[in-house]
Amino acid sequence: MATLEIKDLHASVTTDEGAKEILKGVNLTVNSGEIHAIMGPNGSGKSTLSYAIAGHPKYHVTSGEVLLDGENVLEMSVDERARAGLFLAMQYPVEVPGVSMSNFLRTAATAVRGDAPKLRHWVKEVKDEMTKLEISGEFADRSVNEGFSGGEKKRHEILQMALLKPKFAVLDETDSGLDVDALRVVSQSVNEVAEATDIGVMLITHYTRILKHIQPDVVHVFAGGKIVESGGKDLADDLEENGYVKYIGKPEPAKL
Amino acid sequence: MTVAENNVATAAEAVIPAASRAERFTGYDVEAFEVPGGREENWRFTPMKRLRGLHNGTAVADGAVTVDVDATTDVKVEVVGREDERLGIAGAPSDRVSAQAYSSFTEATVVTVPADTKPEKSTLVRVTGPGEGKTAYGHLQLRVEAFGNASIVLDHVGSGTYADNVEFVVGEGAKLTVVSVQDWADDAVHVSEQHLWLGKDATLKHTVVTLGGDLVRVSPTARFAEAGGDVEMLGLYFADAGQHQEHRLFVDHAVPHCRSNVMYKGALQGDGARSVWIGDVLIRAAAEATETYELNRNLVLTEGARADSVPNLEIETGEIEGAGHASATGRFDDEQLFYLQSRGIAEDQARRLVVRGFFHEILMKIDVPEVRERLEAAIEAELEAIETETATA
Repeated sequence: MATLEIKDLHASVTTDEGAKEILKGVNLTVNSGEIHAIMGPNGSGKSTLSYAIAGHPKYHVTSGEVLLDGENVLEMSVDERARAGLFLAMQYPVEVPGVSMSNFLRTAATAVRGDAPKLRHWVKEVKDEMTKLEISGEFADRSVNEGFSGGEKKRHEILQMALLKPKFAVLDETDSGLDVDALRVVSQSVNEVAEATDIGVMLITHYTRILKHIQPDVVHVFAGGKIVESGGKDLADDLEENGYVKYIGKPEPAKL
Repeated sequence: MTVAENNVATAAEAVIPAASRAERFTGYDVEAFEVPGGREENWRFTPMKRLRGLHNGTAVADGAVTVDVDATTDVKVEVVGREDERLGIAGAPSDRVSAQAYSSFTEATVVTVPADTKPEKSTLVRVTGPGEGKTAYGHLQLRVEAFGNASIVLDHVGSGTYADNVEFVVGEGAKLTVVSVQDWADDAVHVSEQHLWLGKDATLKHTVVTLGGDLVRVSPTARFAEAGGDVEMLGLYFADAGQHQEHRLFVDHAVPHCRSNVMYKGALQGDGARSVWIGDVLIRAAAEATETYELNRNLVLTEGARADSVPNLEIETGEIEGAGHASATGRFDDEQLFYLQSRGIAEDQARRLVVRGFFHEILMKIDVPEVRERLEAAIEAELEAIETETATA
């Protein structure tokens, strides 16, 4: 059983007009085996939260803590965080020309597991996960994310999560850009990983549609750079019905 | 790749040169050329002082290069005098240093792959520099006669100051794959004009790899004698602190139905690392149905390095299949680094992956396995050097 604690987290981003504060005191605790949906309108700072946890160089944490089983994650480099058990499925996965997906996956698995996985087992493991995500085998030889469609990129993010088996995963708008079939397939893989491992998940999304496939234990509303309300499934139903109007003072739907 | 920043000069647009490349003076006699001062179009990127007098007649030959050829018995290797009538047919020097080399060499090596011959293995031509503090001029001609098919590795190693002309004569229907590797010692200065001559329906894959040397300037010029020629010009360079590596290409499309495809990629690291890439393509009025594309990419790995990239495309006929160019110079992409690191891959390994990936496209095109392996090893060695520098910085 592991715990990810975010305590009074403040973070800013450097803009042309100077530093701009985006996260304004985020408090959240996620335990192993829990799925937390973090729902917020556009520009509320949801993605900044995920990048700040992962350690993106563009975002500066100005105060607060992120603790993984009591260890301060913010003092770790980006790769140390990943090896400690954090995973970020990115909204916009990056293309790395000339580096094949299979080389990338194996290099990452070797780094996270500490040892190179045995080739024979590894090939099967990758193949099985790719099959579940309905990813065609030819992607193994293609450059990382290069020329992938939005949906293909998202499937590969979940593939990486399934292979790297993190303690905690932040899924940043994994549902965006997915058609109904892709959403079902991707959600099913997330659910399988959640059942097979004791992963804790922060499911960041603008819309309620993914919650029809992945059942959250807790739903949080994120607005103005912090969590403004937390509740159960009924809170998601309320957002579905009424949108974000009561949090931001203007209508913005949470359903498509 | 991120957009160029202040220490990175780049030409995103192909510029129409002030004077057409067709008007550039060429000749075999050094005295017909004026001594360049360094502001001429042809010389403006080159640090003239580091040429050690190759450009102004003060670099007197006081040494010689050693040329060793390792070839199968069906390949003919000759050492000939200046009077040999075959010499110079692939093209005349287009700058004063090349003309100086042409006017100064005393003997030339001619390697011939006879007609209808396909040697079983690659021919290796190794040129060893005259030695530190010595100057030499040289001349090489590599010929593949009609319908021959050969692979040649031209390897440059050692020390000293060296200017030469290399002719690649590819006969009718012949195929030549050649890799010119400049793997000089740190002190070496090498100025080379490489004349690519393609006969009817000839195919030439010409790859330039520049790794070593203090100053290396290679100018490959491709000419088509008749229709149907196909030239692929590839380049890979890795400039370290203080190194100047310059590649000046000229593809002269003067006859119809020929193709050219240029791809050069370079990485730079360390203070004063400098690369220059010029890609002149001229499609003359007669060159209908030409198909041409040129690309140059530079990856600037550290502060203090600078890459210049200038594609020039002149088109004198509208009746072509296609003509295009691309040029970009970028710093190391932090987003790529972040992405790889976020999967647990340590920073140094992530950097290596990105640089290897950058060169992958070119390496895959080098179909001489021993050269490809050697280059992969050389790139790894360069990358380890960055880590050492970063660690001690």
